[in-house]
Amino acid sequence: MSATSQSAITVTGLHKSYGATPVLDGVDFTVATGTVFALLGPNGAGKTTIVRILSTLIPADAGEVLVTGHDVRTAPDGVRSAIGVTGQFSAVDDLLTGRENMALMAALHHLGRAAGEARVNELLERFDLTDAAERPVSTYSGGMRRRLDLAMTLVGSPQVIFLDEPTTGLDPRSRRTMWDSIRDLVASGVTIFLTTQYLDEADELADRIAVLDRGRIVAEGTADELKRRIPGGHVQLEFPTAEALDAATAVLEGAAGDEGRLVLRVPNDGSVAALRNLLARLDDADVDVERLSMHTPDLDDVFFAVTGHQTTEEVLER
Amino acid sequence: MTSLAYTVTDSTILLRRNLRRLRRYPSLTLMLVGMPIVFLLLFVYVFGGQLSHGLSGGLSGGHVGRAGYLNYLTPGILLVTVAAAVQGTAIVVAMDMTGGIIDRFRTMSIGRGAVLGGHVLASMIQTLLSIAIVLAVAIALGFRPTGNVLHWLAAIGLIALFAFALIWLAAALGLAAKSVETASNTPMFLTMLPFLASSFVPVATMPIVLRQFAEYQPFTPVTETLRGLLTGTHIGGNAIGAVAWSVGLAAVSYLWAMRLYEQRQPS
Repeated sequence: MSATSQSAITVTGLHKSYGATPVLDGVDFTVATGTVFALLGPNGAGKTTIVRILSTLIPADAGEVLVTGHDVRTAPDGVRSAIGVTGQFSAVDDLLTGRENMALMAALHHLGRAAGEARVNELLERFDLTDAAERPVSTYSGGMRRRLDLAMTLVGSPQVIFLDEPTTGLDPRSRRTMWDSIRDLVASGVTIFLTTQYLDEADELADRIAVLDRGRIVAEGTADELKRRIPGGHVQLEFPTAEALDAATAVLEGAAGDEGRLVLRVPNDGSVAALRNLLARLDDADVDVERLSMHTPDLDDVFFAVTGHQTTEEVLER
Repeated sequence: MTSLAYTVTDSTILLRRNLRRLRRYPSLTLMLVGMPIVFLLLFVYVFGGQLSHGLSGGLSGGHVGRAGYLNYLTPGILLVTVAAAVQGTAIVVAMDMTGGIIDRFRTMSIGRGAVLGGHVLASMIQTLLSIAIVLAVAIALGFRPTGNVLHWLAAIGLIALFAFALIWLAAALGLAAKSVETASNTPMFLTMLPFLASSFVPVATMPIVLRQFAEYQPFTPVTETLRGLLTGTHIGGNAIGAVAWSVGLAAVSYLWAMRLYEQRQPS
């Protein structure tokens, strides 16, 4: 591929199985240098497995992975000196203070005393951890731990940063702070590989998004390109009886019903005209609707649009 | 820098981290050094009076009775101290391996072997400090070693070599354990081995099957050599056995630990 020279990450034909269970079943993608690439998928889709292979933690069964031109299989040290990884589980030392954790990273990157100290102070300041720097990490809140985790990843000034579900489990405010930090990173020119379960997160941060489902990439493009494939969200209708549900299903095309919960999902772009049309059809058929709610496109919709099944089924299967 | 220089530098950096962790978690060290001290007190003051009657052949330096038994026992207790201290190695290695930080170390360009090297060096320091504490207690109770400076240097060298071997073994056990709880239990057999050696009583007093086991396991030659160096008893062929066991155990354990570290995949 001619793009290899400008590509931070090139993945071709990646396969990985655990025992007889295939986790990755032929994954290909390319991440251009200086861009944010988001891998979107539910739990169990294989996102973390991809991060672990790309960051040299586990070997692939087949396929080629180049990170900044280094092959993860034959030149893992070349890859390691170019990357930084912030995983789903915090990789900080609880018994040390925030500053000691940072200083450990500076020492392991052989930054030298003065340069290391300056880098540590700069990052503690940037991630709003200066006041807590002398406290043991075991006293930190969830958001502070994530910030320290990311700050530790940045000590070595990596060219490519892997962020595995960086905001999972964070409260909304910490999530916003994390997003701001990630945007600052992008501005500094690094390449970011992000995994997430949240469409809004990918939408906020990523230049390109790939949707991972059952170990395969089922859709890839910019946020706008993907959204064009989603029929603009849906309306959810709840019915008092199964008869009402059946009657509504009969008059509304494209509707997906759930007999057990007596709800119906109808594709709808949310415009007043489309809504009026929907209500008119229900009136004409004399269907009794208990409740109506509007839904803007989310991960479920993306999945429904590109895979024909919903994320919850996926979670239950695994 | 060469890759070996990186390993040495990075091991030293991680050694400092591990020593700092040990200082923040003093209950672990206290527990590990407390056990041999309790054994020492128990055997000298509870069993020692009776045991010394049957031991006159094994006693040295003209000491008799309880004081004589203390002289016989102390070298054995020092090796029990080593066996107890390395449980800490298995625990801290397993704490690292089951926590998130190991994934960070593995995705960084760190000298090969530096993560384990840092743990082994920290455990060496912790073990030798424990030895110093237990030895001080023994001397306070009346232990009177007779060795000269050369004997002492040899004794310290032997303890360090044997500790190095058991620390690598414990590191491998810590790596093999799936949890910290398992890691704190698997090296326990090491603290039982001195009971089946010449640490507490001469092997000649044991029934034949037990005696043969005692004669052919590492604690007996190491204990006999150390006892000879410190209190002047006969060493003979035990010195070669002690060094051979220590070097062999260290080599095999090192290879096993490195292999486990390289192969271990994140859970």
